[in-house]
Amino acid sequence: MADAAQTIEISEETHIKPYTMNFGPQHPAAHGVLRLVLEMEGEIVERADPHIGLLHRGTEKLIEYKTYMQATPYFDRLDYVAPMNQEHAFALATEKLLGITPPPRAQYVRVLFCELGRILNHILNITTFALDVGAITPALWGFEEREKGMEFYDRVCGARLHANYFRPGGVSQDLPAGLAEDMLEWTENSVPKVIDDLDNLLTHNRIFKQRTVDIGLVSKEEALEWGFSGPMLRGSGVPWDLRKSQPYDVYEKMDFDVPVGKTGDCYARYLIRMEEMRQSLKIMKQCLNELPDGPVMVDDRKVAPPPRAEMKASMEALIHHFKLFTEGYHVPEGETYCAVEAPKGEFGVYLVSDGTNRPYRCHIRAPGFAHLQGLDFMSKGAFLADLVANIGSMDVVFGEIDR
Amino acid sequence: MSEDEALKDLAEHVEEILEDALESYEIVRGELTLNIKAPEIVKALQVLRDDPECQFKQLVDVCGADYPDRYPQRFDVVYHLLSLSMNNRVRVKIKTDENTPVDSVTGVFKSAGWFEREAWDLYGIYFTGHPDLRRILTDYGFEGHPLRKDFPLTGYVELRYDTEQRRVVYEPVSLPQDFRVFDNLSPWEGMTDIQLPGDEKAVKPAFGWEETEKVPQTGSKK
Repeated sequence: MADAAQTIEISEETHIKPYTMNFGPQHPAAHGVLRLVLEMEGEIVERADPHIGLLHRGTEKLIEYKTYMQATPYFDRLDYVAPMNQEHAFALATEKLLGITPPPRAQYVRVLFCELGRILNHILNITTFALDVGAITPALWGFEEREKGMEFYDRVCGARLHANYFRPGGVSQDLPAGLAEDMLEWTENSVPKVIDDLDNLLTHNRIFKQRTVDIGLVSKEEALEWGFSGPMLRGSGVPWDLRKSQPYDVYEKMDFDVPVGKTGDCYARYLIRMEEMRQSLKIMKQCLNELPDGPVMVDDRKVAPPPRAEMKASMEALIHHFKLFTEGYHVPEGETYCAVEAPKGEFGVYLVSDGTNRPYRCHIRAPGFAHLQGLDFMSKGAFLADLVANIGSMDVVFGEIDR
Repeated sequence: MSEDEALKDLAEHVEEILEDALESYEIVRGELTLNIKAPEIVKALQVLRDDPECQFKQLVDVCGADYPDRYPQRFDVVYHLLSLSMNNRVRVKIKTDENTPVDSVTGVFKSAGWFEREAWDLYGIYFTGHPDLRRILTDYGFEGHPLRKDFPLTGYVELRYDTEQRRVVYEPVSLPQDFRVFDNLSPWEGMTDIQLPGDEKAVKPAFGWEETEKVPQTGSKK
């Protein structure tokens, strides 16, 4: 009898029951409000089922009830790590329907701030990714530099995060005096040093490499099939960047390289982001050096509000101002899909207009949405700790995924 | 111009390979839209993916759109495809109604999974053959499809933490002030066909006075 009892005990001990584990929605490695229901076999992830929508605010529905001008700020609140890149997509889509082209200076300013956004985004991603896999120093160093970049946002539009700076037809106001010089100084002396520091801390760091090399492998075919874009797609060896292949604004005139990974693992995606920051600096410098003079908004009072000073003297300007800020402008009937290369990948806006002053339908295609969908196949058979690395390397931000 | 011609060539090629599945196509603002017959969608996307001259290897986006005026065929399902090798985009649209399910394209493009879940969640477009058609963005136990045009912006329920029950409770939306929508569509023109109170001398338009439209109230009446 004693023997039988012992065997049962042993078999109970050796047999590990698969179990379901809840991860998040409040978890430091979840990068926001991600809830994962994990089916685990011991420490191995069998299935990862992301439950999203905890930050769903109904942005698309709200936009249908707002004028085009009122809709722009919603785009800051999507991917709040790089707000201006989102606005860019909406501005381009609206401009396409309106049939207007912003003046050259506005296009340069937009590209300048999009690239600034890319650097800020990648600093945040790389440092928090490093935090996920056990390195604290990069986060402490990186955030200081990020804050300096946010100051430029602050100076150009008055807000660190929710910029509302890009408007259909250009940007809301010109650069304040001295900003261009300070940004040039920043790109030349401040950021490169921090990027080098991050590079020294992480690129050849043994622990960091152990946690990322050959983790979260995505093949070329898989990346295409799952609708990946941005660093997730380039990390798998697909040379694709919308700034090169379908250039918008003045990206055509910019001289920069697109880094492409070979291995398709978390480490490759990290390397790509590092290199993209350097390339973004290159673009920013070009923008600042070539920045043409001129207006930053189309000269069409039916789309762009008149300057404040003009309003004090001209009745016509006052009427235009009133009409623009109550009724807004009417956008001709039609539909369009405009995509930009946001730091996280292809950010697209599918805009349907019915000819009134409000969008009829505005669908937001967020890169993170497609990426997070791939978490399941990327993490199958991996350790729980590797799943955390996968989330970090995907660069998920819930503002844009949940919308 | 040459861009449009290239698109035209592509459209003609697509017309050949899709045969009956294609209802019509249009090229507007340099974007090609294919209107596909709903039952043929899986086949059509497969052809677009595999044809050597198309090579739309990536399904970028799937979304719904609601056009209640077109009732009963009120929904559009819009697919955006991207060809990396040809550097082309194409938009594929099908029409459906509230009850007719659409074939899921998850077998052709895996990325369709969540996008179709989203369309189901927000519009109530049902996809057959989808491996895991659950709600995705709305709350657990949510009722209704919020992006439909007849779904009120305020929704029907709101939630709060009840200190007595010590849990979150759902209650019908109650607004201190009725929800109002200002469309601001031309404040001056709008005045000509409305009988303003006290303005009996106003000339009556040939088509009569417009009924002053009452904004549909939501929430508090429920």
